[in-house]
Amino acid sequence: MADVKKIATRESYGNALKELGAAHEDVIVFDADLSNATKTNTFQKAYPDRHFNCGIAEGNMMAVAAGAASMGLVPFASSFAMFAAGRAFEQVRNSIGYPHLNVKIGATHGGISVGEDGASHQCCEDFALMRSIPGMVVMSPADDVETRAMVKAAYEHEGPVYMRFGRSAVPVIHDEANYSFEIGKGEVLRDGADVAVIANGLLVAEALEAADTLAEQGISVRVINMATIKPLDEELVLKAAKECGKIVTAEEHSVIGGLGEAVCAAVAESGVPCKVKRIGVNDEFGHSGPAAALLKQFGLSAEHIAETVKYLMAFSAD
Amino acid sequence: MTNEEKKQLQIAACKVRMGVIESVYAAKAGHPGGSLSAADMFAYLYFKELNIDPADPKNPDRDRFVLSKGHTAPGLYAALTNRGFFPVEDLKTLRQIGSYLQGHPNMNTVPGVDMSTGSLGQGISAACGMALAAKHMGKTCRVYTLLGDGEIEEGEVWEALMFAHHYKLDNLCVIIDNNGLQIDGPTKVVMDSGSIPDKLAAFGFEVAEIDGHSFDQMEAAFARARETKGLPFAIVMHTTKGKGVSYMENQVGWHGKAPNDGEYEQAMGELRAQLAGLEAE
Ligand SMILES: Cc1ncc(C[n+]2csc(CCOP(=O)(O)OP(=O)(O)O)c2C)c(N)n1
Ligand SMILES: [Mg+2]
Repeated sequence: MADVKKIATRESYGNALKELGAAHEDVIVFDADLSNATKTNTFQKAYPDRHFNCGIAEGNMMAVAAGAASMGLVPFASSFAMFAAGRAFEQVRNSIGYPHLNVKIGATHGGISVGEDGASHQCCEDFALMRSIPGMVVMSPADDVETRAMVKAAYEHEGPVYMRFGRSAVPVIHDEANYSFEIGKGEVLRDGADVAVIANGLLVAEALEAADTLAEQGISVRVINMATIKPLDEELVLKAAKECGKIVTAEEHSVIGGLGEAVCAAVAESGVPCKVKRIGVNDEFGHSGPAAALLKQFGLSAEHIAETVKYLMAFSAD
Repeated sequence: MTNEEKKQLQIAACKVRMGVIESVYAAKAGHPGGSLSAADMFAYLYFKELNIDPADPKNPDRDRFVLSKGHTAPGLYAALTNRGFFPVEDLKTLRQIGSYLQGHPNMNTVPGVDMSTGSLGQGISAACGMALAAKHMGKTCRVYTLLGDGEIEEGEVWEALMFAHHYKLDNLCVIIDNNGLQIDGPTKVVMDSGSIPDKLAAFGFEVAEIDGHSFDQMEAAFARARETKGLPFAIVMHTTKGKGVSYMENQVGWHGKAPNDGEYEQAMGELRAQLAGLEAE
């Protein structure tokens, strides 16, 4: 993929906010002293009077955003995933989730690809935390095209939304010309019959690469981009369960409480016989290092996806 | 304020207190102490200060009130119902299954409630967001929020105060019910916050310190709040927790407990006598 364009989804988020700001006067942005990193500064440069720094006070920021939403504005509140979903969990739960206020949380630096900052900043728990809040939409885009469409869809959606973006540049896998995004709908990027890989975020590009490798070995892999973790596209998951009988999930998140568990729950409760294997961070903290090296080390890679698919292939027809 | 106006406010406050006792007694749970210490403030806000209309509770240009100390919902509900936001009989459904009167205020179920609260420390942040949004949208409405003196131990409160000063929220009025008690005991024993007015002033607020049972002092403080430009305003009101029911006054145990049958009769007897006295004047 050497000649593929790469851009970090946080960068795309900043650009999308700016586009949204041009179209909609009611969009305002809150940040907590991380505007340069979350890229809300792209919006700030264009609309300085609609960007409000809250200082390093994420809990206050979330409830401030709730208050602003109650007045009819559409606030986007940003910080790192660790602090947006972690530090401010209770404010998000009680001041945004419970009253179902129209706040959009744009959390950047999700997962271990944060890299050198280490475990304190590598949030692998945000999907779990946010999924547990009733009425919260939880999403994680795979690339630039999807991020920009997702931010628009989040604006159009009435109610709280949590979006997780990444720090590192990721390949652009979608063709903007014939792309559309819908909250709660997964996307079959590659059809296949042997095993389905359901991924989101930067694992989607890895899944496609794994599918390419496996195709050469005669294994047919269906690649599903599941950008919306909640509400989950159960129909698409169960279709994959029925037609492939084997599912690998892949996400840059703890195996506890994220996409993998959501897929497992959907499959288990459906009664469709299907073996599922989750790829994610295995109930441990990350550590410092370059993002690419960490992703390899934690098995969040095309190689590990391919190995896992082959492992599942061993459980052939029972 | 004319004597007649003051008498009407005293009557309203007495009815708020009766509503608190009725609802908490019916629920067999709830928080009478802090509802009663703030009853005069609830009456003043809903019968004099706030620009609101019970017939149009969602009017976008109305003043907003956020009960940051959400556990004193019985006081807020009693004020709202007496002001005509919902039928007074409904107070007796407080905290019951199926009732819209949740244990803590829910903005989506109770007409007149502007923010869902209950987790201490968050309401003031939401009020800041409302005040900021109002300014941004060019609205002239004002935002009021009421906090407990125990509540201000939450760090988020000070984040919000900093925010209010930074964004010059002169349409915001922060009211602190300084009744000196929280759950585990006197605030001075549990966590001494020192001088609240000094701290608020240090955070850049214009501060008024008043007797929270004096309507004249409320009137003067709110007038000052409305005249203050470029700075947020805070009112620290000295109150008696449990005010108006003799055996509840200054008793930490009445923070969050319902009266039994005998206690209910005594409380209502005292309040009825107060009301009769006021109405006979
Ligand atoms: C974040 C949070 N922690 C704890 C509680 C439980 N709680 C309810 S009321 C209260 C004491 C409040 O005291 P104060 O603020 O002084 O209120 P008042 O005296 O006016 O009733 C506590 C600890 C809560 N509601 N929210
Ligand atoms: Mg108190």
